[in-house]
Amino acid sequence: MSRAAILWRIASILVAAGFIAAWQLVADLRLVSPVFLPGPDRAWAALVRGFSSGDLASKLIGTLEHMAYGWLAASIAGIALGALIGSSRMMRAYVAPSLEFLRPLPVSAIIPVAIAMLGLTQGMALFVIAFGAIWPIMLATIHGFAAVEPRLYEVARSLQMSRGAVIGKIALPSALPDILAGMRLSLTVALILSVVCEILAGLDGLGQWVLLSARAFRSADLFAGVILLGVTGYLTSIAVSLVEQRMLAWQSTAR
Amino acid sequence: MSLDRARPLLLPLTLMLAFELWARFTHLQSDSLAPPSAIFAALTAALTDLSIPTATRDTLFAAFSGLAIGSAIGLSLGIAFGISRPLDRLMEVTVEAIRPIPSIALLPITLIALGFGYRMEIVIVAFACIWPMLIMTRSAVRGIEPRLMEVSRALRLGAAQRIAKIVIPAALPRIFVAFRLSAGIALIVAVTVEIAINPIGLGAGIMLAQQALRADLMLAYLLWIGVIGYALNLLLIAAQRRLFGRAALTGDNP
Repeated sequence: MSRAAILWRIASILVAAGFIAAWQLVADLRLVSPVFLPGPDRAWAALVRGFSSGDLASKLIGTLEHMAYGWLAASIAGIALGALIGSSRMMRAYVAPSLEFLRPLPVSAIIPVAIAMLGLTQGMALFVIAFGAIWPIMLATIHGFAAVEPRLYEVARSLQMSRGAVIGKIALPSALPDILAGMRLSLTVALILSVVCEILAGLDGLGQWVLLSARAFRSADLFAGVILLGVTGYLTSIAVSLVEQRMLAWQSTAR
Repeated sequence: MSLDRARPLLLPLTLMLAFELWARFTHLQSDSLAPPSAIFAALTAALTDLSIPTATRDTLFAAFSGLAIGSAIGLSLGIAFGISRPLDRLMEVTVEAIRPIPSIALLPITLIALGFGYRMEIVIVAFACIWPMLIMTRSAVRGIEPRLMEVSRALRLGAAQRIAKIVIPAALPRIFVAFRLSAGIALIVAVTVEIAINPIGLGAGIMLAQQALRADLMLAYLLWIGVIGYALNLLLIAAQRRLFGRAALTGDNP
Protein backbone atom coordinates (compact mmCIF):
# COMPACT_ATOMS: atom_id res chain seq x y z
CA MET A 1 0.00 0.00 0.00
CA SER A 2 1.27 3.43 -0.86
CA ARG A 3 1.49 6.14 1.73
CA ALA A 4 -1.53 8.02 0.42
CA ALA A 5 -3.63 4.86 0.55
CA ILE A 6 -2.67 4.31 4.20
CA LEU A 7 -3.56 7.88 5.07
CA TRP A 8 -6.94 7.52 3.36
CA ARG A 9 -7.54 4.27 5.22
CA ILE A 10 -6.76 5.97 8.55
CA ALA A 11 -9.08 8.84 7.68
CA SER A 12 -11.77 6.34 6.75
CA ILE A 13 -11.38 4.52 10.07
CA LEU A 14 -11.65 7.86 11.85
CA VAL A 15 -14.93 8.54 10.04
CA ALA A 16 -16.24 5.15 11.12
CA ALA A 17 -15.14 5.91 14.68
CA GLY A 18 -17.04 9.19 14.38
CA PHE A 19 -20.20 7.30 13.49
CA ILE A 20 -19.75 5.03 16.50
CA ALA A 21 -19.26 8.10 18.69
CA ALA A 22 -22.47 9.58 17.27
CA TRP A 23 -24.23 6.29 18.06
CA GLN A 24 -22.90 6.52 21.63
CA LEU A 25 -24.15 10.10 21.88
CA VAL A 26 -27.61 9.17 20.62
CA ALA A 27 -27.76 6.35 23.17
CA ASP A 28 -26.44 8.50 26.04
CA LEU A 29 -28.86 11.33 25.35
CA ARG A 30 -31.66 8.75 25.16
CA LEU A 31 -32.89 10.07 21.82
CA VAL A 32 -33.98 6.48 21.21
CA SER A 33 -35.24 4.36 24.05
CA PRO A 34 -32.41 2.19 25.48
CA VAL A 35 -34.78 -0.77 25.22
CA PHE A 36 -34.34 -0.67 21.43
CA LEU A 37 -30.93 0.88 21.03
CA PRO A 38 -28.08 0.10 23.42
CA GLY A 39 -24.98 2.25 23.15
CA PRO A 40 -21.85 0.73 21.62
CA ASP A 41 -20.40 0.48 25.13
CA ARG A 42 -23.22 -1.81 26.29
CA ALA A 43 -23.14 -3.83 23.07
CA TRP A 44 -19.37 -4.30 23.48
CA ALA A 45 -19.78 -5.25 27.13
CA ALA A 46 -22.41 -7.83 26.14
CA LEU A 47 -20.06 -9.19 23.51
CA VAL A 48 -17.21 -9.56 26.01
CA ARG A 49 -19.51 -11.04 28.65
CA GLY A 50 -20.99 -13.50 26.15
CA PHE A 51 -17.57 -14.70 25.11
CA SER A 52 -16.13 -14.94 28.62
CA SER A 53 -19.06 -17.06 29.76
CA GLY A 54 -18.74 -19.21 26.63
CA ASP A 55 -22.42 -18.84 25.61
CA LEU A 56 -21.81 -16.68 22.60
CA ALA A 57 -18.84 -18.72 21.44
CA SER A 58 -20.87 -21.93 21.38
CA LYS A 59 -23.67 -20.19 19.45
CA LEU A 60 -21.13 -18.83 16.98
CA ILE A 61 -19.66 -22.29 16.50
CA GLY A 62 -23.19 -23.67 15.98
CA THR A 63 -23.91 -21.18 13.21
CA LEU A 64 -20.52 -21.71 11.59
CA GLU A 65 -21.10 -25.47 11.62
CA HIS A 66 -24.51 -25.22 9.97
CA MET A 67 -23.13 -22.86 7.41
CA ALA A 68 -20.01 -24.89 6.67
CA TYR A 69 -21.69 -28.30 6.36
CA GLY A 70 -24.51 -26.97 4.19
CA TRP A 71 -22.15 -24.97 2.04
CA LEU A 72 -19.68 -27.82 1.55
CA ALA A 73 -22.46 -30.26 0.67
CA ALA A 74 -23.84 -27.70 -1.78
CA SER A 75 -20.42 -27.12 -3.30
CA ILE A 76 -19.74 -30.81 -3.90
CA ALA A 77 -23.23 -31.55 -5.22
CA GLY A 78 -23.39 -28.30 -7.19
CA ILE A 79 -20.09 -28.84 -8.96
CA ALA A 80 -20.89 -32.50 -9.68
CA LEU A 81 -24.39 -31.78 -11.04
CA GLY A 82 -23.17 -28.71 -12.88
CA ALA A 83 -20.39 -30.71 -14.52
CA LEU A 84 -22.85 -33.42 -15.50
CA ILE A 85 -25.31 -30.98 -17.02
CA GLY A 86 -22.78 -28.56 -18.44
CA SER A 87 -20.63 -31.14 -20.21
CA SER A 88 -23.46 -32.57 -22.27
CA ARG A 89 -25.24 -30.58 -24.93
CA MET A 90 -28.35 -32.73 -24.63
CA MET A 91 -28.62 -32.31 -20.86
CA ARG A 92 -28.21 -28.57 -21.29
CA ALA A 93 -31.07 -28.42 -23.79
CA TYR A 94 -33.46 -30.44 -21.65
CA VAL A 95 -32.55 -29.54 -18.07
CA ALA A 96 -31.26 -25.98 -18.16
CA PRO A 97 -34.65 -24.31 -18.87
CA SER A 98 -36.19 -25.97 -15.81
CA LEU A 99 -33.27 -24.70 -13.73
CA GLU A 100 -33.81 -21.20 -15.10
CA PHE A 101 -37.38 -21.40 -13.88
CA LEU A 102 -36.30 -22.47 -10.40
CA ARG A 103 -33.56 -19.88 -10.09
CA PRO A 104 -35.66 -16.80 -9.17
CA LEU A 105 -37.61 -18.87 -6.62
CA PRO A 106 -37.03 -17.47 -3.13
CA VAL A 107 -35.20 -20.46 -1.65
CA SER A 108 -36.58 -19.82 1.81
CA ALA A 109 -39.97 -20.92 0.43
CA ILE A 110 -38.59 -24.47 0.52
CA ILE A 111 -38.34 -24.27 4.34
CA PRO A 112 -41.97 -25.25 5.08
CA VAL A 113 -41.65 -28.22 2.71
CA ALA A 114 -38.43 -29.27 4.42
CA ILE A 115 -40.08 -28.92 7.84
CA ALA A 116 -42.99 -31.09 6.70
CA MET A 117 -40.59 -33.75 5.46
CA LEU A 118 -37.85 -33.70 8.07
CA GLY A 119 -39.34 -31.94 11.09
CA LEU A 120 -37.64 -29.17 13.08
CA THR A 121 -34.29 -30.91 13.06
CA GLN A 122 -30.64 -30.34 12.27
CA GLY A 123 -31.15 -32.37 9.10
CA MET A 124 -33.87 -29.97 7.96
CA ALA A 125 -31.49 -27.02 8.42
CA LEU A 126 -28.71 -28.74 6.48
CA PHE A 127 -31.09 -29.65 3.67
CA VAL A 128 -32.40 -26.09 3.38
CA ILE A 129 -28.94 -24.51 3.52
CA ALA A 130 -27.55 -26.93 0.96
CA PHE A 131 -30.58 -26.51 -1.29
CA GLY A 132 -30.29 -22.74 -1.19
CA ALA A 133 -26.52 -22.62 -1.62
CA ILE A 134 -26.42 -25.08 -4.49
CA TRP A 135 -27.96 -22.78 -7.11
CA PRO A 136 -25.24 -20.18 -7.54
CA ILE A 137 -22.59 -22.92 -7.62
CA MET A 138 -24.43 -25.21 -10.01
CA LEU A 139 -25.45 -22.47 -12.43
CA ALA A 140 -21.94 -21.02 -12.39
CA THR A 141 -20.50 -24.48 -13.12
CA ILE A 142 -22.91 -25.03 -16.01
CA HIS A 143 -22.05 -21.62 -17.39
CA GLY A 144 -18.34 -22.21 -16.95
CA PHE A 145 -18.52 -25.57 -18.73
CA ALA A 146 -20.55 -24.11 -21.58
CA ALA A 147 -18.04 -21.29 -22.04
CA VAL A 148 -14.93 -23.44 -22.36
CA GLU A 149 -12.83 -22.53 -25.38
CA PRO A 150 -14.08 -24.97 -28.09
CA ARG A 151 -10.58 -25.54 -29.45
CA LEU A 152 -9.65 -27.17 -26.14
CA TYR A 153 -12.37 -29.76 -26.72
CA GLU A 154 -11.00 -30.34 -30.22
CA VAL A 155 -7.58 -30.94 -28.73
CA ALA A 156 -9.14 -33.41 -26.29
CA ARG A 157 -10.83 -35.25 -29.12
CA SER A 158 -7.65 -35.55 -31.16
CA LEU A 159 -5.87 -36.86 -28.05
CA GLN A 160 -8.74 -39.32 -27.58
CA MET A 161 -9.24 -38.36 -23.97
CA SER A 162 -12.09 -39.99 -22.06
CA ARG A 163 -15.03 -37.90 -20.85
CA GLY A 164 -13.76 -38.03 -17.27
CA ALA A 165 -10.34 -36.84 -18.33
CA VAL A 166 -11.87 -34.02 -20.38
CA ILE A 167 -13.84 -32.84 -17.36
CA GLY A 168 -10.97 -33.15 -14.92
CA LYS A 169 -8.17 -31.82 -17.09
CA ILE A 170 -9.82 -29.27 -19.34
CA ALA A 171 -13.34 -28.21 -18.39
CA LEU A 172 -12.99 -27.99 -14.61
CA PRO A 173 -9.81 -25.88 -14.54
CA SER A 174 -11.14 -23.51 -17.17
CA ALA A 175 -14.50 -23.18 -15.39
CA LEU A 176 -12.78 -22.64 -12.02
CA PRO A 177 -13.12 -18.82 -11.92
CA ASP A 178 -16.88 -19.10 -12.49
CA ILE A 179 -17.22 -21.87 -9.93
CA LEU A 180 -15.30 -19.97 -7.24
CA ALA A 181 -17.36 -16.84 -7.86
CA GLY A 182 -20.49 -18.95 -7.45
CA MET A 183 -19.15 -20.44 -4.23
CA ARG A 184 -18.47 -16.97 -2.82
CA LEU A 185 -22.00 -15.89 -3.66
CA SER A 186 -23.56 -18.95 -2.08
CA LEU A 187 -21.63 -18.41 1.14
CA THR A 188 -23.83 -15.39 1.86
CA VAL A 189 -26.91 -17.44 1.05
CA ALA A 190 -25.72 -20.16 3.43
CA LEU A 191 -25.26 -17.66 6.28
CA ILE A 192 -28.71 -16.13 5.81
CA LEU A 193 -30.42 -19.51 5.62
CA SER A 194 -28.53 -20.75 8.69
CA VAL A 195 -29.89 -17.81 10.67
CA VAL A 196 -33.44 -18.32 9.38
CA CYS A 197 -33.38 -22.05 10.16
CA GLU A 198 -32.02 -21.40 13.65
CA ILE A 199 -34.79 -18.88 14.27
CA LEU A 200 -37.48 -21.26 13.05
CA ALA A 201 -36.26 -24.56 14.45
CA GLY A 202 -34.63 -23.24 17.63
CA LEU A 203 -31.30 -24.83 16.70
CA ASP A 204 -28.21 -23.87 18.62
CA GLY A 205 -26.79 -20.82 16.88
CA LEU A 206 -26.64 -17.06 16.57
CA GLY A 207 -30.09 -16.92 14.96
CA GLN A 208 -31.61 -18.42 18.07
CA TRP A 209 -29.46 -16.14 20.25
CA VAL A 210 -30.65 -12.92 18.60
CA LEU A 211 -34.28 -14.03 18.60
CA LEU A 212 -34.26 -14.99 22.28
CA SER A 213 -32.47 -11.75 23.20
CA ALA A 214 -35.12 -9.80 21.31
CA ARG A 215 -37.95 -11.70 22.99
CA ALA A 216 -36.44 -10.89 26.40
CA PHE A 217 -35.73 -7.26 25.37
CA ARG A 218 -32.03 -7.72 26.12
CA SER A 219 -31.02 -5.28 23.42
CA ALA A 220 -27.31 -5.28 24.28
CA ASP A 221 -27.09 -9.05 23.77
CA LEU A 222 -29.13 -8.67 20.59
CA PHE A 223 -26.74 -6.11 19.13
CA ALA A 224 -23.77 -8.23 20.17
CA GLY A 225 -25.26 -11.12 18.16
CA VAL A 226 -25.93 -8.93 15.12
CA ILE A 227 -22.39 -7.52 15.22
CA LEU A 228 -21.02 -11.04 15.41
CA LEU A 229 -23.12 -12.08 12.40
CA GLY A 230 -21.72 -9.13 10.45
CA VAL A 231 -18.17 -10.12 11.41
CA THR A 232 -18.90 -13.71 10.37
CA GLY A 233 -20.17 -12.60 6.97
CA TYR A 234 -17.17 -10.35 6.48
CA LEU A 235 -14.47 -12.82 7.54
CA THR A 236 -15.88 -15.81 5.63
CA SER A 237 -16.15 -13.82 2.42
CA ILE A 238 -12.59 -12.53 2.84
CA ALA A 239 -11.37 -16.08 3.45
CA VAL A 240 -13.00 -17.32 0.24
CA SER A 241 -11.58 -14.39 -1.71
CA LEU A 242 -8.10 -15.28 -0.47
CA VAL A 243 -8.54 -18.91 -1.52
CA GLU A 244 -9.87 -17.66 -4.84
CA GLN A 245 -6.82 -15.49 -5.44
CA ARG A 246 -4.46 -18.30 -4.55
CA MET A 247 -6.22 -20.90 -6.69
CA LEU A 248 -6.45 -18.56 -9.66
CA ALA A 249 -2.87 -17.34 -9.41
CA TRP A 250 -1.91 -19.62 -12.32
CA GLN A 251 -4.27 -17.74 -14.60
CA SER A 252 -2.39 -14.49 -14.63
CA THR A 253 0.88 -16.30 -15.32
CA ALA A 254 -0.60 -18.66 -17.91
CA ARG A 255 -2.09 -15.87 -19.97
CA MET B 1 -38.83 -26.23 -34.66
CA SER B 2 -41.84 -27.34 -32.65
CA LEU B 3 -39.67 -29.94 -30.94
CA ASP B 4 -37.16 -27.24 -29.99
CA ARG B 5 -39.85 -25.22 -28.39
CA ALA B 6 -41.34 -28.16 -26.51
CA ARG B 7 -38.01 -29.45 -25.24
CA PRO B 8 -37.71 -27.24 -22.13
CA LEU B 9 -41.17 -28.39 -21.03
CA LEU B 10 -40.43 -32.07 -21.51
CA LEU B 11 -38.58 -32.65 -18.24
CA PRO B 12 -41.02 -30.97 -15.83
CA LEU B 13 -44.04 -32.50 -17.58
CA THR B 14 -42.58 -36.00 -17.48
CA LEU B 15 -41.66 -35.64 -13.83
CA MET B 16 -45.11 -34.39 -12.91
CA LEU B 17 -46.81 -37.17 -14.85
CA ALA B 18 -44.62 -39.83 -13.25
CA PHE B 19 -45.29 -38.41 -9.81
CA GLU B 20 -49.02 -38.25 -10.43
CA LEU B 21 -49.10 -41.89 -11.53
CA TRP B 22 -46.94 -42.98 -8.59
CA ALA B 23 -49.18 -41.12 -6.13
CA ARG B 24 -52.30 -42.71 -7.68
CA PHE B 25 -50.92 -46.23 -7.62
CA THR B 26 -49.57 -46.12 -4.08
CA HIS B 27 -52.58 -44.18 -2.70
CA LEU B 28 -50.16 -41.64 -1.31
CA GLN B 29 -50.98 -40.36 2.18
CA SER B 30 -48.45 -37.74 3.21
CA ASP B 31 -48.00 -34.49 5.12
CA SER B 32 -45.29 -33.27 2.80
CA LEU B 33 -46.17 -34.49 -0.69
CA ALA B 34 -49.27 -34.29 -2.83
CA PRO B 35 -49.93 -35.31 -6.44
CA PRO B 36 -49.88 -32.49 -9.02
CA SER B 37 -53.62 -32.76 -9.64
CA ALA B 38 -54.31 -32.05 -5.94
CA ILE B 39 -51.82 -29.17 -5.97
CA PHE B 40 -53.53 -27.56 -8.96
CA ALA B 41 -56.94 -28.06 -7.36
CA ALA B 42 -55.70 -26.39 -4.14
CA LEU B 43 -54.16 -23.57 -6.16
CA THR B 44 -57.40 -22.89 -8.03
CA ALA B 45 -59.39 -23.00 -4.80
CA ALA B 46 -56.99 -20.60 -3.03
CA LEU B 47 -56.99 -18.28 -6.04
CA THR B 48 -60.77 -18.14 -6.23
CA ASP B 49 -61.35 -17.63 -2.50
CA LEU B 50 -58.87 -14.72 -2.74
CA SER B 51 -56.54 -15.98 -0.01
CA ILE B 52 -53.58 -16.21 -2.40
CA PRO B 53 -54.33 -12.91 -4.18
CA THR B 54 -54.54 -11.10 -0.83
CA ALA B 55 -51.31 -12.66 0.37
CA THR B 56 -49.64 -11.77 -2.92
CA ARG B 57 -50.74 -8.18 -2.55
CA ASP B 58 -49.30 -8.00 0.99
CA THR B 59 -45.98 -9.53 -0.02
CA LEU B 60 -45.58 -7.42 -3.14
CA PHE B 61 -46.56 -4.25 -1.29
CA ALA B 62 -43.90 -4.83 1.36
CA ALA B 63 -41.31 -5.92 -1.20
CA PHE B 64 -41.87 -2.96 -3.53
CA SER B 65 -42.03 -0.36 -0.74
CA GLY B 66 -38.77 -1.68 0.66
CA LEU B 67 -37.31 -1.78 -2.85
CA ALA B 68 -38.32 1.85 -3.48
CA ILE B 69 -36.82 3.11 -0.22
CA GLY B 70 -33.70 0.94 -0.39
CA SER B 71 -32.91 1.73 -4.00
CA ALA B 72 -33.48 5.46 -3.47
CA ILE B 73 -30.94 5.42 -0.62
CA GLY B 74 -28.55 3.17 -2.54
CA LEU B 75 -28.87 5.30 -5.67
CA SER B 76 -28.15 8.60 -3.93
CA LEU B 77 -25.22 7.19 -1.97
CA GLY B 78 -23.92 5.45 -5.09
CA ILE B 79 -24.04 8.68 -7.12
CA ALA B 80 -22.38 10.65 -4.32
CA PHE B 81 -19.62 8.06 -3.88
CA GLY B 82 -19.19 7.70 -7.62
CA ILE B 83 -18.74 11.42 -8.22
CA SER B 84 -16.60 12.22 -5.24
CA ARG B 85 -13.62 9.92 -4.81
CA PRO B 86 -12.60 11.45 -1.43
CA LEU B 87 -16.08 10.87 -0.01
CA ASP B 88 -15.97 7.27 -1.20
CA ARG B 89 -12.59 6.72 0.45
CA LEU B 90 -13.70 8.31 3.70
CA MET B 91 -16.81 6.16 3.93
CA GLU B 92 -15.12 2.94 2.85
CA VAL B 93 -14.60 1.40 6.30
CA THR B 94 -18.10 2.35 7.46
CA VAL B 95 -19.75 0.83 4.39
CA GLU B 96 -17.63 -2.32 4.52
CA ALA B 97 -18.49 -2.75 8.20
CA ILE B 98 -22.25 -2.54 7.72
CA ARG B 99 -22.64 -4.29 4.37
CA PRO B 100 -21.78 -7.85 5.41
CA ILE B 101 -24.47 -7.93 8.10
CA PRO B 102 -26.97 -10.49 6.76
CA SER B 103 -30.25 -8.61 6.22
CA ILE B 104 -32.18 -11.23 8.13
CA ALA B 105 -30.10 -10.54 11.26
CA LEU B 106 -31.89 -7.20 11.52
CA LEU B 107 -35.13 -9.08 12.00
CA PRO B 108 -35.05 -9.23 15.82
CA ILE B 109 -34.04 -5.55 16.05
CA THR B 110 -36.90 -4.41 13.85
CA LEU B 111 -39.17 -6.81 15.68
CA ILE B 112 -38.71 -5.12 19.07
CA ALA B 113 -38.56 -1.63 17.57
CA LEU B 114 -41.49 -1.84 15.16
CA GLY B 115 -43.47 -4.98 16.00
CA PHE B 116 -45.08 -7.28 13.44
CA GLY B 117 -46.49 -5.96 10.20
CA TYR B 118 -45.47 -4.13 7.07
CA ARG B 119 -43.04 -1.71 8.66
CA MET B 120 -40.50 -4.22 9.93
CA GLU B 121 -40.56 -6.07 6.63
CA ILE B 122 -40.12 -2.89 4.62
CA VAL B 123 -37.13 -1.84 6.73
CA ILE B 124 -35.39 -5.18 6.25
CA VAL B 125 -36.09 -5.27 2.51
CA ALA B 126 -34.83 -1.70 2.18
CA PHE B 127 -31.60 -2.57 4.02
CA ALA B 128 -31.02 -5.53 1.70
CA CYS B 129 -31.68 -3.45 -1.44
CA ILE B 130 -29.30 -0.61 -0.57
CA TRP B 131 -26.08 -2.53 -1.19
CA PRO B 132 -26.39 -3.88 -4.74
CA MET B 133 -27.76 -0.50 -5.78
CA LEU B 134 -24.94 1.41 -4.06
CA ILE B 135 -22.12 -0.75 -5.40
CA MET B 136 -23.35 -0.94 -8.99
CA THR B 137 -24.39 2.72 -9.21
CA ARG B 138 -21.01 3.75 -7.87
CA SER B 139 -19.15 1.76 -10.47
CA ALA B 140 -21.56 2.91 -13.20
CA VAL B 141 -21.01 6.57 -12.31
CA ARG B 142 -17.27 6.05 -12.15
CA GLY B 143 -17.39 4.44 -15.58
CA ILE B 144 -18.97 7.47 -17.25
CA GLU B 145 -17.02 8.76 -20.21
CA PRO B 146 -14.76 11.50 -18.72
CA ARG B 147 -15.40 13.80 -21.65
CA LEU B 148 -19.06 14.03 -20.65
CA MET B 149 -17.95 15.42 -17.30
CA GLU B 150 -15.67 17.87 -19.10
CA VAL B 151 -18.64 19.01 -21.14
CA SER B 152 -20.66 19.59 -18.00
CA ARG B 153 -17.78 21.62 -16.58
CA ALA B 154 -17.48 23.63 -19.79
CA LEU B 155 -21.21 24.34 -19.67
CA ARG B 156 -20.83 25.41 -16.03
CA LEU B 157 -23.66 23.20 -14.88
CA GLY B 158 -24.38 23.25 -11.17
CA ALA B 159 -24.06 20.07 -9.14
CA ALA B 160 -27.80 19.29 -9.25
CA GLN B 161 -28.00 19.92 -13.00
CA ARG B 162 -24.88 17.91 -13.64
CA ILE B 163 -26.38 14.92 -11.85
CA ALA B 164 -29.80 15.24 -13.51
CA LYS B 165 -28.57 15.96 -17.04
CA ILE B 166 -25.32 14.07 -17.37
CA VAL B 167 -24.66 11.54 -14.61
CA ILE B 168 -28.03 9.81 -14.31
CA PRO B 169 -28.75 9.52 -18.06
CA ALA B 170 -25.25 8.19 -18.74
CA ALA B 171 -25.34 5.63 -15.94
CA LEU B 172 -29.02 4.70 -16.32
CA PRO B 173 -28.67 1.41 -18.22
CA ARG B 174 -26.41 -0.07 -15.55
CA ILE B 175 -28.49 1.44 -12.77
CA PHE B 176 -31.47 -0.40 -14.18
CA VAL B 177 -29.55 -3.67 -14.08
CA ALA B 178 -28.86 -3.00 -10.40
CA PHE B 179 -32.53 -2.25 -9.90
CA ARG B 180 -33.48 -5.54 -11.52
CA LEU B 181 -31.17 -7.49 -9.22
CA SER B 182 -32.48 -5.57 -6.21
CA ALA B 183 -36.08 -6.38 -7.16
CA GLY B 184 -35.24 -10.08 -7.09
CA ILE B 185 -33.55 -9.66 -3.72
CA ALA B 186 -36.53 -7.67 -2.40
CA LEU B 187 -38.94 -10.49 -3.17
CA ILE B 188 -36.63 -13.11 -1.66
CA VAL B 189 -36.11 -11.11 1.54
CA ALA B 190 -39.81 -10.30 1.89
CA VAL B 191 -40.81 -13.96 1.62
CA THR B 192 -38.01 -14.98 3.99
CA VAL B 193 -39.08 -12.49 6.64
CA GLU B 194 -42.66 -13.72 6.35
CA ILE B 195 -41.61 -17.33 6.69
CA ALA B 196 -39.35 -16.62 9.63
CA ILE B 197 -41.66 -14.50 11.73
CA ASN B 198 -43.97 -11.95 10.13
CA PRO B 199 -47.59 -13.17 9.99
CA ILE B 200 -48.58 -11.59 6.65
CA GLY B 201 -48.26 -12.42 2.98
CA LEU B 202 -47.27 -15.46 0.97
CA GLY B 203 -44.56 -16.61 3.38
CA ALA B 204 -47.01 -16.72 6.28
CA GLY B 205 -49.53 -18.46 4.00
CA ILE B 206 -47.16 -21.28 3.15
CA MET B 207 -46.14 -21.70 6.82
CA LEU B 208 -49.79 -21.86 7.84
CA ALA B 209 -50.53 -24.47 5.19
CA GLN B 210 -47.61 -26.54 6.47
CA GLN B 211 -48.75 -26.29 10.07
CA ALA B 212 -52.26 -27.30 9.03
CA LEU B 213 -50.69 -30.37 7.36
CA ARG B 214 -52.21 -29.33 4.05
CA ALA B 215 -49.46 -30.60 1.77
CA ASP B 216 -51.45 -29.77 -1.36
CA LEU B 217 -52.00 -26.15 -0.33
CA MET B 218 -48.39 -25.79 0.82
CA LEU B 219 -47.04 -26.97 -2.53
CA ALA B 220 -49.60 -24.78 -4.30
CA TYR B 221 -48.16 -21.78 -2.44
CA LEU B 222 -44.64 -22.90 -3.33
CA LEU B 223 -45.60 -23.15 -7.00
CA TRP B 224 -47.28 -19.73 -6.88
CA ILE B 225 -44.25 -18.10 -5.22
CA GLY B 226 -42.11 -19.62 -7.97
CA VAL B 227 -44.42 -18.22 -10.64
CA ILE B 228 -44.33 -14.75 -9.06
CA GLY B 229 -40.54 -14.78 -8.88
CA TYR B 230 -40.25 -15.98 -12.47
CA ALA B 231 -42.79 -13.46 -13.77
CA LEU B 232 -41.11 -10.56 -11.97
CA ASN B 233 -37.74 -11.53 -13.39
CA LEU B 234 -39.16 -11.92 -16.90
CA LEU B 235 -40.95 -8.58 -16.70
CA LEU B 236 -37.85 -6.72 -15.61
CA ILE B 237 -35.65 -8.36 -18.23
CA ALA B 238 -38.21 -7.45 -20.92
CA ALA B 239 -38.33 -3.87 -19.61
CA GLN B 240 -34.55 -3.69 -19.65
CA ARG B 241 -34.37 -4.91 -23.28
CA ARG B 242 -37.11 -2.55 -24.31
CA LEU B 243 -35.70 0.51 -22.58
CA PHE B 244 -32.00 0.07 -23.07
CA GLY B 245 -31.38 -2.66 -25.62
CA ARG B 246 -27.80 -3.76 -25.66
CA ALA B 247 -26.59 -0.82 -23.60
CA ALA B 248 -27.41 -2.57 -20.35
CA LEU B 249 -25.70 -5.84 -21.18
CA THR B 250 -22.24 -4.55 -20.35
CA GLY B 251 -23.17 -4.11 -16.73
CA ASP B 252 -24.59 -7.55 -16.16
CA ASN B 253 -21.46 -9.01 -14.64
CA PRO B 254 -20.13 -6.44 -12.21
